[in-house]
Amino acid sequence: MAMEATETRPLGKSIKRKEDPRLVRGQGRYLDDIMLPGMLYMALARSPYAHARIKGIRLDQAYQVLGVKAILTGADLEKMNLSWMPTLAGDRQMVLATGKVLFQYQEVAAVVAETRAAAEDAVQLIEVDYEPLTPVVDPFVALKAGAPLLREDRAQKDNHIFHWEVGDRKATDDALASSPVVVKEFIRMPRVHPAPVEPCGCIADYQKSTGKLTWYVTSQAPHAHRTVLALVSGLPEHMIHVISPDIGGGFGNKVPVYPGYVCSVVMSLQLGRPVKWVETRTENIATTNFARDYHMTAEIGATPDGVVMALKVATIADHGAFDAAADPSKFPAGLFSIVTGSYDFPVAFAEVDGVYTNKAPGGVAYRCSFRVTEASYLIERVINTLALRLNLDPAEIRRRNFIRPEQFPYQSPLGWTYDSGNYRATLNEALNLLDYEQMRKQQAERRAHGELVGIGLSTFTEIVGAGPSNTFDILGIKMFDSCEIRIHPTGKAIARLGTRHQGQGHETTFAQVIADELGLTTADVLIEEGDTDTAPYGLGTYASRSTPTAGGAAALAARRIRQKATQIAAHLLEVAPEDVEWNGEKFAAKGLQSRAVGMSEVALAAYTNLPEGMEPGLEATYYYDPPNLTFPNGAYVAMVSIDRGTGEVKVERFIAVDDCGTVINPMVVDGQVHGGLTEGFGIAFMQEIAYDEDGNNLAPNFMEYLVPTAVEAPHWETGRTVTPSPHHPIGAKGVGESPNVGSPAAFVNAVVDALSPYGVTNVEIPLFPWKVWNVLKEHGLTE
Amino acid sequence: MFPNAFEYYAPETLDEVYGLLEQYGDEAKILAGGQSLLPMMKLRLAAPSVLIDIGHLANLSSTTETAEGLTVGALMRHKAIETGHWQRYPLLGETAPWIADPLVRNRGTIGGALAHADPAADWGAALLALNASVEIESRIGTRRMTLEEFFIDLYTTALEPQEILTRVVIPAPKTGETFARYLKLERKVGDFAVVGVAIAVDLTSDGTIANAGIGMAAMSGVPLAAHQTTSILVGQHLTPALIKEASESACLEGDPQSDRRGSAEYKHSMARIFVERGLTQILQQWRSTQSA
Repeated sequence: MAMEATETRPLGKSIKRKEDPRLVRGQGRYLDDIMLPGMLYMALARSPYAHARIKGIRLDQAYQVLGVKAILTGADLEKMNLSWMPTLAGDRQMVLATGKVLFQYQEVAAVVAETRAAAEDAVQLIEVDYEPLTPVVDPFVALKAGAPLLREDRAQKDNHIFHWEVGDRKATDDALASSPVVVKEFIRMPRVHPAPVEPCGCIADYQKSTGKLTWYVTSQAPHAHRTVLALVSGLPEHMIHVISPDIGGGFGNKVPVYPGYVCSVVMSLQLGRPVKWVETRTENIATTNFARDYHMTAEIGATPDGVVMALKVATIADHGAFDAAADPSKFPAGLFSIVTGSYDFPVAFAEVDGVYTNKAPGGVAYRCSFRVTEASYLIERVINTLALRLNLDPAEIRRRNFIRPEQFPYQSPLGWTYDSGNYRATLNEALNLLDYEQMRKQQAERRAHGELVGIGLSTFTEIVGAGPSNTFDILGIKMFDSCEIRIHPTGKAIARLGTRHQGQGHETTFAQVIADELGLTTADVLIEEGDTDTAPYGLGTYASRSTPTAGGAAALAARRIRQKATQIAAHLLEVAPEDVEWNGEKFAAKGLQSRAVGMSEVALAAYTNLPEGMEPGLEATYYYDPPNLTFPNGAYVAMVSIDRGTGEVKVERFIAVDDCGTVINPMVVDGQVHGGLTEGFGIAFMQEIAYDEDGNNLAPNFMEYLVPTAVEAPHWETGRTVTPSPHHPIGAKGVGESPNVGSPAAFVNAVVDALSPYGVTNVEIPLFPWKVWNVLKEHGLTE
Repeated sequence: MFPNAFEYYAPETLDEVYGLLEQYGDEAKILAGGQSLLPMMKLRLAAPSVLIDIGHLANLSSTTETAEGLTVGALMRHKAIETGHWQRYPLLGETAPWIADPLVRNRGTIGGALAHADPAADWGAALLALNASVEIESRIGTRRMTLEEFFIDLYTTALEPQEILTRVVIPAPKTGETFARYLKLERKVGDFAVVGVAIAVDLTSDGTIANAGIGMAAMSGVPLAAHQTTSILVGQHLTPALIKEASESACLEGDPQSDRRGSAEYKHSMARIFVERGLTQILQQWRSTQSA
């Protein structure tokens, strides 16, 4: 059961979330709750075409609407040199279209009015003269010679964005050529959307009298956004105050900068009044950063016993109209090179080619540390194909290929140094919890009665926690993170971090880390994030990086406080500092545990009764640059049955055993896992941002883009193994994304397992009932 | 929600409604729960200049049960029907829980759903299976028509601009005991049917089908009554062989569209599967009542 925040030594305990009383009572303060005096509202006019030349824009009708204050077009922005903005991926993106539009719903004009309704009315009256052009929707078509050129602004006159490769191509080709067994599979991860419940939005509030811009924004990375805004707008950075209020989910969608943000800032600068812009659901799903859209081919070479010899991967990455991915700058395909997964491949090679199409720009890392879901899905699917080929149990093929505990730190053939793991132990835990052998027996019995029953495994390795800063930066800004702690005279603390939670529970978990280091309770420590005027600089919350980076900073800042506190304690205990011992809750005189002082006495002394010559106060800041990433892993097992009549797949059981190193709060970790599994379920069975041949978005709302609820979601079972990270200050690894990364392959492997007796080795997600039914029909399995 | 501007009226009598309908005609939309209309207005797919909120009319949110049948006021909310327990009309309670989600069921009304005439809506299929009629009123008077006559085309009914649907009339089963099932394939909770099949069967004590109705959702441009199939059933004993024959027949009566929810072929098959499964469940239920 969950415990109160007044527990001492809270690390590792299921402390009730401190943010929940506010959030569950509807007393959170989200962007759209904020109302400023004199605030104006902005709405955007968007293109109905996926590809069209703009012949003219007429605004006179729109200006007739009562309450309209200003209308902005690409031509206006061009004069300010702001019609294009840089993306985090080093590409550029149109803010408001000039020349032509490149995807349906692209931003064409911005209207600011006294009310949102008036702004929307005016948007409807903007007349744009479009000349439709041939849209390119399929990334493979986009790469063909003679395909229509989408990005006329670039020097390069084709639709190819980048080629990126890693590993040893020749050694991999040679190893494949000499492999007795080779399996090859084409695996597509369709375009999906993070779809946070709260869409994106901002309020730009520029005060002409002070020259200060206060920018309230749904941002997972407020400090980075402040810097980007300073660079793009030319405003001095100290005159930009970014406030990221309560955020209703991000999942990567709230990392990039969007055209609506830029327009609202420009409008506030021009009008000297606050300008609010909040997306509709359709705007969020159809224009802001999507995820995946990776089209991958993988080959595995192996011995007849199933020991892997080589992995080769070629991928086409559809980025839509602009490469607006939010990856670390040196990694155009993110951390896709984790694709060798949990397996000891002697050699490997992976290449990714980015492509433009007439679709919404992206793609972002949706609850995954930069293309890790794509990589994990691929390797976990293709290792399954290898098991089928060799008629090996999927657990057995994994055991034969796992990186062994004694191999850590493990050098992967694609360049990573895995910190720690015990993959066999994690898998065994999952199989034991389920009684895997019994499950296989039941499956055989049910199959004998004609049922379609399958069991699927996924034993993935994640890579999270960017930095270290020598490898990772975003637009040159190193990917460290930070924590500043102040202890008040009564022994209560406030801590501010450079991250920005969106539901992850930082207000509780970081308080637990700090409280545990300082002998306080979780209730004694107030966590604040998201205000750039008060919090230390950091790169934000995404890619499961908060605990590996800011969590490390929190522990180390607390230890800095403890260093000074030890001096003060010595003074209070009237012993030498080297004779003071930290017993986990108090400072005690060595050998005399009864003589001890706690943090509250020390804190009071820091302001009232200091040792001679000591600087008053008790606070510390730590900028933590992790020495390496952390590598959480997991073993997930799904059991499904398929309705021969309807093609519906029922997930009968699902267990997720995660190893995320030291666990700060088991309840919060379970909550993260449940949420991520539900997203992974949606990706496997329900979701795709599909386009028709004209480039029309076919799922621009929650009627068509299906988000699973508690009704659809299976019952989740969870378990844990604990292999601490050797380099993290408290051994924690980050866990938020593991369930999204690891689960899709488990679901799909289970469906394939159910159908494999009939020759099926691959099915394409999302597994809508009709798609499964088509496979059943093809194999004569329908009712 | 940022709809186009509209005028809002909340009349308290039918006379006032008639006056508003006569005054505004096609420009007006009647608001009777708003669970389809308001989302469309939110997306600006519908932009009526006048909304007539009939939620304040008395006498349209109750039911009257007589020996001849059940009369349901147009403003009965789905939730009230879900919890109504009309023993002679089990299909109502079987169908209502499948409508959208609890939020929609708390606000949406049976009359609103029928007047909206979505071919995939659940009430259309269920009330066709029950051979229901609707009462339509205007200043000129009241007319009654069968639901089949009422549904003209996609989102189109026999309602004239000055008319309002006031009641749904469901005839009472004549002989035997009524058994019912509603089977629906939906992509997630709250979704319209990929395919929905409503079945009501009156069985005499020797297992003869005295009367039967089958309605299908999303199998045509309008909610569909499977007449040929019911004619196969009536007067026969309910047996597995008859069920098979009926299910093969029912799916041929539809003309579904291929779309993102599945191909026409898939939907034909779903109709067949659902008729077969529904009737099989009814047969099992009847057998268990016989042995009990």
